[in-house]
Amino acid sequence: MSVNYGSKRIVVGAHYGLRDWLGQRITAALMALFTLLVLAQVVFSKGPIGYDKWAGIFSAQWMKVLTFSVIVALLYHVWVGMRDIWMDYIKPVSLRLALQVFTIVWLVGCAGWAIQALWRV
Amino acid sequence: MSELATSVTKKRPEFRNINAFTDLPTYRLPIAGIVSILHRISGAIMFILMPFIIWMFDNSISSEISFARFKGAFNVGMLGLPGFIWKLVALALIWAYLHHFIAGLRHLWMDTSHEAVSKEFGKSSAVFTLAVSVGLTLILGAKLFGLY
Repeated sequence: MSVNYGSKRIVVGAHYGLRDWLGQRITAALMALFTLLVLAQVVFSKGPIGYDKWAGIFSAQWMKVLTFSVIVALLYHVWVGMRDIWMDYIKPVSLRLALQVFTIVWLVGCAGWAIQALWRV
Repeated sequence: MSELATSVTKKRPEFRNINAFTDLPTYRLPIAGIVSILHRISGAIMFILMPFIIWMFDNSISSEISFARFKGAFNVGMLGLPGFIWKLVALALIWAYLHHFIAGLRHLWMDTSHEAVSKEFGKSSAVFTLAVSVGLTLILGAKLFGLY
């Protein structure tokens, strides 16, 4: 499939960062809404918040599914952000690649742990 | 044309091949720039502390026993560190989240509104971001350390 992106652009398959830029904003909006949702449940619950109320927020299946989506959104959001930091400040390719690999391993590990904890409630 | 415009204004310093130790401390960053670099720093802090965040999430929701362990970390301490150190770590996360959240909303606003992309809005919204994030951090920090 060939698409004409204009005479000044060389199509290298990099999407000029638009996908990651947009993805970071969409995931940010999702996480912001999720934050308000959790916050509302904490603020509008009656009495002091103990284990029952806090765990109860995440016990409903729809909340588990939504939280799962937020964890995946977080994974992508942080990947774009950390990759930006490495690309801006780390110039040696070998070190940059090593840090990017570390970032992916770190994030996938964290996401797996969070998802496991989520379904333990 | 450009010569006429530049001849009346004082020549501004140029920064090339910036040295982190000699140039950065003397460089006067505008307040929007401070918000911008703090957006990065706050994001990096949350990235580094992500295992601690998930540890808190895991222990706070898994069971009554783990919930007590979660509370104990802040009240009596954990891993040889006293509770107030863990409260400070939590407070750093609270600040990082608040700053990242508000600075992020500021970005989304500027992405969707041409009126928001101006020198004036850049400055006023940066002041707002710093004031609200630091203000809420102080309020929540006082609560965390039991001042009220």
